[in-house]
Amino acid sequence: MGATPADMPIPVDWYLYLSAALFIVGAAGMLIRRNLFILLFSLELMLNAVNINLVGFSRFHEDLVGQNFVIFVMAIAAAEAAVGLAIATALFRNRRTLMVDLFDRMRG
Amino acid sequence: MEHYIWLIPLLPFLAFVVTLIFGKWWIKKSAHWLPILAMLGSFGLSLAAFIQIRGSEEPLVVELWRWFAVGSFQVPMSLQMDQLSAVMCLVVSGVGLLIFIYSKGYMHGDTGYYRFFAFMSLFAFSMLTLVMAGNYLLLYFGWEAVGLCSYYLIGYFYHKPEAAAAGKKAFIVNRVGDFGFALGVMLIFVTFGTLEYVGVFEQVGAGGFREGTLIAIALLLFMGAMGKSAQFPLHVWLPDAMEGPTPVSALIHAATMVTAGVYLVARSAVIFAGVPVALLVVGAIGTFTAIFAAIIGICQKDIKKVLAYSTVSQLGYMFMALGVGAWAIAIFHLVTHAFFKALLFLGAGSVIHSLGGEQDMDKMGGLAKRIPVTYWTLVAGALALSGIFPFAGFWSKDDILGAVWRDGRYVFWAVGLIAAFITAFYTFRMIFMTFFGKPRMDERTEKHVHESPWSMIVPLIILAAGSLLVGFLGLPGKLGVIQSFLEPVFAPANHILGIHEHSLAAVDYVLMVVSVVVAGLGIVLAWFMYVRRTDLPALLGQRLRLLYKVVYNKFYVDEFYAATVVRLTVDGSRWLWKNFDEKIIDGAVNGTAWLWKHAAVAVRPLQTGRVQNYLLGIFIGLFIVVTVVVFL
Repeated sequence: MGATPADMPIPVDWYLYLSAALFIVGAAGMLIRRNLFILLFSLELMLNAVNINLVGFSRFHEDLVGQNFVIFVMAIAAAEAAVGLAIATALFRNRRTLMVDLFDRMRG
Repeated sequence: MEHYIWLIPLLPFLAFVVTLIFGKWWIKKSAHWLPILAMLGSFGLSLAAFIQIRGSEEPLVVELWRWFAVGSFQVPMSLQMDQLSAVMCLVVSGVGLLIFIYSKGYMHGDTGYYRFFAFMSLFAFSMLTLVMAGNYLLLYFGWEAVGLCSYYLIGYFYHKPEAAAAGKKAFIVNRVGDFGFALGVMLIFVTFGTLEYVGVFEQVGAGGFREGTLIAIALLLFMGAMGKSAQFPLHVWLPDAMEGPTPVSALIHAATMVTAGVYLVARSAVIFAGVPVALLVVGAIGTFTAIFAAIIGICQKDIKKVLAYSTVSQLGYMFMALGVGAWAIAIFHLVTHAFFKALLFLGAGSVIHSLGGEQDMDKMGGLAKRIPVTYWTLVAGALALSGIFPFAGFWSKDDILGAVWRDGRYVFWAVGLIAAFITAFYTFRMIFMTFFGKPRMDERTEKHVHESPWSMIVPLIILAAGSLLVGFLGLPGKLGVIQSFLEPVFAPANHILGIHEHSLAAVDYVLMVVSVVVAGLGIVLAWFMYVRRTDLPALLGQRLRLLYKVVYNKFYVDEFYAATVVRLTVDGSRWLWKNFDEKIIDGAVNGTAWLWKHAAVAVRPLQTGRVQNYLLGIFIGLFIVVTVVVFL
């Protein structure tokens, strides 16, 4: 880890710890929760963990490209949420449930 | 001249394209105009080229564009105009024009009228390309294209199974010959590094090539010629080709396409002249075919089949002439034959037309008074074919027999003379059976007998005049116009063979008298058997039953092929189908499917259908990859 810039009050490692913690929370949620809505929330958590990472490094390297990138990620995340919620609605209409462990029609 | 010769083949091609595209919906019944005009244009241009090229020592080669360029394999799209090409162009476009005009009357009212003229135009284009090509590859293109047109036109009445089968047979038998021709072209390229006539012939003339290579080239080219010109043993397709409409038989299967083989050998005269073995093969096969086909012609009942076998026989004569190095005389016979055989076919077509489609000579007879123009023109053609003075066939056939005699091949000469006797016999048998005696058709047909329309009569008269006059172009010895006209083309080949012009000697006159007497005897015998003692043929057929049966069945050549080549191919293919295709190829494909089907059982439980299980797999995989990349 290189030297932190002088005007960066919080060291870059802290961002990384926060980001990693958020990502693990999100990933665990994806893996163990059954409700589709919670899965979508967990996905948002993971994306934002990445965002924090990008912002942290952007500040660290004093390079605005990383922050620009975050805006794209947010836009994608919004789009993804819209599509995901639409799928959730359609699924609920058909199956009357959103418990993902019940959706196993593709079992080989 | 170089500015217009490319138009000679192009005009019929344009006629083909327009007629084929617009014929069905738009041009319909007037489909004949464009092809006839195109042929007229080609004929005019051929005539101009013919006049301009006379006396020129060097051939005119026009490179239109580069056709192929792959490494050292360079082939330009080159047209060559020399005396030989000019003569062939005149024959193809001239006889072709008359036959196109004739077809207007003959094919009138046929449902495929436009289709007929479209493919006839395509044929004219292909044939003109063939004779004007400046290299062997373009020649090969024309060669295959005329074969394709022949296939289309033989199978013109495709709803008739025999016509469809005959088209297929012509195509397949020609493949055998073309296989040799293609190999010959490849060998020419490998040996000489070029396919241009000029380059190849110069190198051959300079010498220094292994004789074996030259023999191989000559024989492979001749194999192609045998297929296209229906020489024994590849003659079987031509008689069957008579299933096509009569103008097709006249143009393609008598006057032009089948002479392509003769043209090929004459064009390659320099190659053949250097290898006496190949010349001997050409001469021997030609001579054998001449008499073989003539004998079969005696017993045919179908008027067109008689003419078909006579065509095979006459082509044999041409190869006989080529076999003794009488190139110009072979071309001369080609020209006269184009006239009188086209005339005979068109006349036979006129007879068939007047009888409403009857081709069996047993159901004709007594037509001389009913259709006099057809009768007289057909007699002129028959006299020319028999070689009676002063008709065209007399001059060309006697030139051939004289050349064979001078070359010292007395066996060829004797066989040729016997074949001439048989030719005169079967030709006049045809005339007598058709026009003399009592009518043998049923009453309804007899009432309908009528002379053909003017569009059919006029070409007959012109061709009859041609059959009478064209022979004077080729008077024997130094008098021959056509021989001296073609001299520049064949001079290198004649130089190799050491042939010089000769003056007429007493022996030439004797030979002429002998062959006319022999032909006359043939006619008298035909008259005796088919006019005087009409009971004689049947009686002879009874007495010589076995012989008659063998000849009537064309020496069982077709049956022989069916029992050997065809049978082997069919049985072999069936065996391969059952054993190789079904067991090995299908087995491999089905076996692969079977393998995966059973292997899948083992791994199927992995696919649970639950997204989260897959996600777990992704995370574990990612964890392993990151661990390896970061820590190792």
